[in-house]
Amino acid sequence: MQRTTMDLWVGLFVVMGVIALMILSLKVGNLNVYNPSQSYVISGNFENIGGLKVRAPVKSAGVVVGRVTDIQFSTQTYDAVVTMSMDSRFLFPKDTFASILTSGLLGEQYIGLAAGGDEAMLKDGDKIMKTNSAMVLEELIGRFLFNKASEDDSL
Amino acid sequence: MLLPSRLISGIRHIGHRVIEGVWRLGIASRFFILVLLKSGTSLRRFNLVIRELYFTGVLSLIIIVVSGLFVGMVLGLQGYETLQKYGSESAVGTLVALSLVRELGPVVAALLFASRAGSAITAEIGLMKATEQLAAMGMMAVDPIARVVAPRFWSGVISMPFLAAIFSVMGVFGGYLVTVVFIGVDEGSYWSQMQSAVDFRFDIMNGFIKSCCFGVVVTAIAVFEGYDAPPTAEGVSGATTRTVVTSSLVILGLDFILTAFMFRGVS
Repeated sequence: MQRTTMDLWVGLFVVMGVIALMILSLKVGNLNVYNPSQSYVISGNFENIGGLKVRAPVKSAGVVVGRVTDIQFSTQTYDAVVTMSMDSRFLFPKDTFASILTSGLLGEQYIGLAAGGDEAMLKDGDKIMKTNSAMVLEELIGRFLFNKASEDDSL
Repeated sequence: MLLPSRLISGIRHIGHRVIEGVWRLGIASRFFILVLLKSGTSLRRFNLVIRELYFTGVLSLIIIVVSGLFVGMVLGLQGYETLQKYGSESAVGTLVALSLVRELGPVVAALLFASRAGSAITAEIGLMKATEQLAAMGMMAVDPIARVVAPRFWSGVISMPFLAAIFSVMGVFGGYLVTVVFIGVDEGSYWSQMQSAVDFRFDIMNGFIKSCCFGVVVTAIAVFEGYDAPPTAEGVSGATTRTVVTSSLVILGLDFILTAFMFRGVS
């Protein structure tokens, strides 16, 4: 088959395109950190989820160990049921404490897991019993003002 | 009751235009199916596609690289100006990468591609038709759709995703250049915030799918306008203009529809 410089240029173009796609997937969006192919699903009931969104990270000690896959409202308990897909490399004890935290002052909200001391581990489909709701600024201010008022009264 | 004749002729004119448009859409769809059916030859003789890849892909590289770089630099500069008011200038990487990968990369690359390569395809095919080269091929029992149109169509479809990816990468690099190198945003937070925000499946794959759709649409319009052009100098120039105008409008409209499908369920 006859070789021309045109073939070289086209080959170069395709190589550049493939490299660009690889840079996009590996450098810009880090593909290798969280692989959802091997995962288990757990859920937890929260009184108030604040601004938590689907796809928000689940972190433990600041490391991403899973993602929020679903948020539903339960009419039995009148609270939010948050379903999380966890990386199966990381297992957590049954009495793990889940709380909704905010990264930075204006950052996104995520679920923070603090491991407990139970021997048994959470399995696929288990429910986290110990949860802590999101901080709502208005409630916080309200509580602060209430405390302030009662302090002033006692003086 | 008698309507004034000018009104009647106006309504008749609008109706004529609408029917004409629907008619052309039908011809275009039939032509598109015909190109797909007859693209077997261009797959067997892949040299034809490679030749066209050189003209549509390689020669569009310079404009894509340079404009990607400048779009990224402007995004970085403007993003920094706004974000630093809230003290979160480290999020500028997220802003640059997400807007490029999701929207600007596919859309601006497709707009540039339509005016750089699409217009060239239309003019080339139109001129081949005007100088009766297509008819001569038909005389020699060479199917002009299989020999001329299909390779150009596939070269556009193949090169568009690559061009969009190169555009996005150059934009991210341009943003890096302005914010990290010139202004002095922390390099680690530029990359790490970008990496934690950009998702492979939701952002990069959706951007890739978008650019593939744009590639199909732009080249389909370009080859159809060229093949359908009246075989005169005026006809070819009109067809070239129509290619750029129609494909730009279709890209922007299609982008809205694709975005509505892709990114609504995310938040």
